[in-house]
Amino acid sequence: MFFARVNTRIVQLASMLVLLFVSTMACYPEHNQSTFDPHGPVASRQLDIFIWILIGGTIVTVLVLGALLYATFKYRRKDENEIPKQVHGNLKLEILWTVIPAIVVLGFSVASINTLFYAADTPDSTENPLTLEAIGHQWWFEFRYPHPNDASKEIVTANEVYIPIGEPVRINLESVDVIHSFWVPKLAGKVDMVPSEGNYMWFQADGPGEFFGQCAEYCGSSHSNMNFKVVAVSRPDFDAWLMRQASTVIESSDPLASEGAATFKSAGCSGCHALKTIVNTGSKGRVGPNLAHVGSRRHLAAGMMDNSNENGTVNDAYLQENLRQWLIDPESIKPGNIMSAQAAVYVDPNKSLTEKQISALVAYLTSLK
Amino acid sequence: MSTFPLAIPRPVHPTGLWNWLTTIDHKKIGILYGVTAFIMFITGGIEATLMRIQLAGPEQDIVSAGTYNQLFTMHGTTMIFLAIMPMGAAFFNFVIPLQIGARDVAFPRLNAFSYWTFLAGALMLKFSWIGGATDAGWFGYAPLTSIDQNPGTGIDFWIISLQVLGIASLAASFNFIVTIINMRAPGMTMMRLPLFTWMTFITAILLVLAFPVITVALIELTFDRYFAFNFFNVAKGGSVVLWQHLFWVFGHPEVYILILPAMGIVSEVLPTFSRKPLFGYATVVLAGAIIAFMGWMVWSHHMFTVGLGPVANAVFTVTTMLIAVPTGIKVFNWIGTIWGGSLKLNTPMLFSLGFIAMFLLGGVSGVMHAVSASDAQQQDTYFIPAHIHYVLFGGAIMALMSGIYYWFPKFSGKMFDEKMGKIHFWLMIVGQNITFFPMHFVGMDGMPRRIYTYVEGMGWDMWNGVATFGVFILIAGFLVFIYNMVISWKNGDKAPSDPWDGRTLEWSIPSPPPEYNFKEIPVVRSLDDWWATKQGSPHKEVPVSGGSGEEDGHDIHLPQPSYWPFVVAIGILIGGYGVVFNQLIVPWALASIGTFIGFVGVYAWSLEPVNDPDENQGH
Amino acid sequence: MSQEQISTNHGDHEDTATGLNHRKMLMWAFLGSDCMFFGSLIATYLVYKGKSLVGPMPMDVFDIPVTSVSTFVLLMSSMSMVLAYAALKRRNIKAFRIWMVSTAIMGATFVGFQVYEFSSFANYHVHFECSEIAQDIDQEKLVKPAHEDLYQKQCLNPDGSVDSAHHVDEKVALKPQTNLFGTTFYTLTGFHGAHVTLGIVWLLSLFFLSFKKGVITPEKHLDVDLAALYWHFVDVVWIVIFTVVYLFGVFPGF
Repeated sequence: MFFARVNTRIVQLASMLVLLFVSTMACYPEHNQSTFDPHGPVASRQLDIFIWILIGGTIVTVLVLGALLYATFKYRRKDENEIPKQVHGNLKLEILWTVIPAIVVLGFSVASINTLFYAADTPDSTENPLTLEAIGHQWWFEFRYPHPNDASKEIVTANEVYIPIGEPVRINLESVDVIHSFWVPKLAGKVDMVPSEGNYMWFQADGPGEFFGQCAEYCGSSHSNMNFKVVAVSRPDFDAWLMRQASTVIESSDPLASEGAATFKSAGCSGCHALKTIVNTGSKGRVGPNLAHVGSRRHLAAGMMDNSNENGTVNDAYLQENLRQWLIDPESIKPGNIMSAQAAVYVDPNKSLTEKQISALVAYLTSLK
Repeated sequence: MSTFPLAIPRPVHPTGLWNWLTTIDHKKIGILYGVTAFIMFITGGIEATLMRIQLAGPEQDIVSAGTYNQLFTMHGTTMIFLAIMPMGAAFFNFVIPLQIGARDVAFPRLNAFSYWTFLAGALMLKFSWIGGATDAGWFGYAPLTSIDQNPGTGIDFWIISLQVLGIASLAASFNFIVTIINMRAPGMTMMRLPLFTWMTFITAILLVLAFPVITVALIELTFDRYFAFNFFNVAKGGSVVLWQHLFWVFGHPEVYILILPAMGIVSEVLPTFSRKPLFGYATVVLAGAIIAFMGWMVWSHHMFTVGLGPVANAVFTVTTMLIAVPTGIKVFNWIGTIWGGSLKLNTPMLFSLGFIAMFLLGGVSGVMHAVSASDAQQQDTYFIPAHIHYVLFGGAIMALMSGIYYWFPKFSGKMFDEKMGKIHFWLMIVGQNITFFPMHFVGMDGMPRRIYTYVEGMGWDMWNGVATFGVFILIAGFLVFIYNMVISWKNGDKAPSDPWDGRTLEWSIPSPPPEYNFKEIPVVRSLDDWWATKQGSPHKEVPVSGGSGEEDGHDIHLPQPSYWPFVVAIGILIGGYGVVFNQLIVPWALASIGTFIGFVGVYAWSLEPVNDPDENQGH
Repeated sequence: MSQEQISTNHGDHEDTATGLNHRKMLMWAFLGSDCMFFGSLIATYLVYKGKSLVGPMPMDVFDIPVTSVSTFVLLMSSMSMVLAYAALKRRNIKAFRIWMVSTAIMGATFVGFQVYEFSSFANYHVHFECSEIAQDIDQEKLVKPAHEDLYQKQCLNPDGSVDSAHHVDEKVALKPQTNLFGTTFYTLTGFHGAHVTLGIVWLLSLFFLSFKKGVITPEKHLDVDLAALYWHFVDVVWIVIFTVVYLFGVFPGF
């Protein structure tokens, strides 16, 4: 029998080598969206499942590929006239290699179901998990938090999600147009944002950090350009951030910024971009991201442009440069975006923003901390 | 001589273009399919190459976002519907009647019709690049395909092409089901069928049952787009997930439609070049049938992240994992076939062995996706195209290459250059792994699919570069292949009837076969009957209809060529364009004209006898 | 080995591997695919059943007595189809022609009923006295959804009392664009009607061809047999549609 002849040591060694190769070549936990660097229980358990199957798959591969290569070399034709024994099959063997794989795959699949249910919703022990709404737009993410002091209101922000460390966070997923997907690899596997389906997911960040997220369901022209960040901070910091997000915009005294505030209205920006951050729960969103606190965001254009320093704080110079670039030519950053497709200042050459208007707007938006 | 209803003479064109346009000979139709499919494969390859060049580095501008999105959509649609499926059809056409001891298929004109309709669909799809090709993915998820999101004609051409291709596929499937059941030589029971024929039979049944589902999905999408119906209209309570269900109920059996014929080819090649029978013939047949059956129970594994809920996801995890079992059985049986054999490692054999290795890897990554819990991280990342290309490129395409080399002597009458064949093999297997293995890495590293670019600093640069490099190795391999095919067909050594010491009936007749295939229909006494004959149990010939023992086939009655399949296909082509351009001059005018031509063709066809009774027949 | 001339020139024994005729097998394979076709349309209908956001609903528009009559006509057409085939085999060409025409006429009648139904749905009108509906509600009688909906909107005064004198007269058209019910209903029954129409064309073709010498003969009965098979299939599909769409549509709880 073949199995008696297999040297299990060789199989173990070969499997180890393969896994070592794969892990050194393929695992980059330090990369921004690596699934090998879980920072929360959901991603962690999902990775565990993957590792188990990887080990099992490697062993199977080594065994089967080994047998294939062995047979290919050993049974090469030596004599042009040789006719080997005409074996038609071996029922025992065939039953064996039906039943054993069946048991193995059933074992794996049933064992994984636990994790499936775990990932589906916040643990039963959680009372009143922080629940926020994530709404997909082409091509940015709208986030709404329940107002801590008023159940009938929500706080609206965009593209950056702050969460408190160590607490389960439930995300209700929705979309205003096509199917998107909410994916932050280091915290959890993805769930799609399907219009009117009422999907939800949860995750938890075990420690502080800024975690990269990306839309993971093809959603049109700028699907590639639809990123978001999940920022995990301590509870107090989270509460402070939320209150700041809820606060009204403080108009700057800087004359250029004031001019920018006026331009914001006259150029039509306020038609799509709200500056009011508190809305009724469940109310219809705006076409464009809320900009009330855009000056405090670490990225612009749904994660496409980086405003931040090494330590994560916002660098005003970067922010201004990015805002300027965006305002001059949004289409070059986000092909197909609704702003360049529909806003009068981009559609009508007579209404294009002047250099002065752009500078004013940049100053104004930067001031919206 | 007149064709009854329209007094149009029956075509009599022994050679030339008209011969090819009116042929109903399965061997010629097979060649038409093969050449067309290969050309389409090249177009799909160009689309892929452009994609890979764009992704070789971060933030590149080689193609725009819009173009890239069209490229990946057209690449997927082309490779599945215009390359792999028709390549399979090329083999069904050429090989099946020869393997079952028949002179042609059950419905020769329907066969020709299938090819011309396929060509119509292929042309409609490829020419849609002009004016903007579809860019919603080969799977066309609603509501991205709605008229609001996608008002251009690209989606419409995609829809109509698929419907036209569906007609072609269905017609061919009906034909092969009847042929395989009803036209087997005496003594060829179902369990003596060559495995390739068995897999084709199962594939045809799958097609017959699966295609109508996507037909309905596409009709529903068409009605939403053209007439404001509500199938996928969320505002009126419709569900976009319904599209996904309908698509994947078709889509999953479709992948088995792609792979089962390939597995059938491998199941022929391995025994031939091992000089041993297929290990566990009955088991392999049964495994194929079980895969086809279970293939209906796994579709939602394509929808693990859509929010079906953990119960549904758990069920589909289990069913999907279970389908690995019959697949595994085949792999083990193949190894059992070569085990203890006398292996000739020539080009077709290398490709089949390569298939096993590559398909194994693809199968393992498939098992990784099967588990919904971990698939949540893998879905919609490059991990999935890694799996796809291992099973479809390293898998199906390699097996089809194996088949091309294996049957090349039979259909061309020449031997190919073995050295070039081996070079092709090595370039392909090395190129395949360099191109597609890194996709596993970047997928698990968080790179989503269907993105036209990625920013610097994500860490994906190197492996994307490597993958693109691999593409050029693949291209080199294909250039060698094309050169080999052309040179060998023109100048290769003359091929004997049985260059490989084969086991099945096609090797018992000359290369290339005469028009009538078999001078005398053989009586089959066992599995691998030709091998058995050569080993010393000669089979009894049966005289062909006509009675007298003819020597050179002059009394063999063959079906005659016809114009009507081509005419109906033209009607469908015009009709298809008419549906997309339905406001041209007079609303629905072009579509009506196409329909009318189609009806005239069908009418004339149905009244045309298979053979004109007065016509002098034979070759 | 007559692998070319497939029509039945050998009595009823076919020179095929199974003894069955190629074209008959082809028709069965085709009907298998058509099963999946209708199955997908019916599945879509069932998925969306009860999910329409606005009316009219099945209970509003369906007229079961009328549709039962058209169903009966279609079923009878299958019977006349059987009689036509039997007549041909019996060499009674005259009877064959009569039964073929009858089948076609009954099929056309069915399609006529469908056309009437579609147009009545598209022109669906709700009119009632508020007092009638108020009474029905009091007596806990079944009130149709569209009536209920309009009653709520038009018959109730701000203080909740009933405006008995008010007469409601509204067009509540059911078009494919109206709601999910319209979309799925028209598509499913429309495709069925198209299948019936194609069948009628086929039957009439056979009828007219029977006047041409030698085209439709008792020996060539397969040509009629194939049409009959198709016709019966279309009939069976209707039985499923009638049950699932119409009957299940009007009984609450389904």
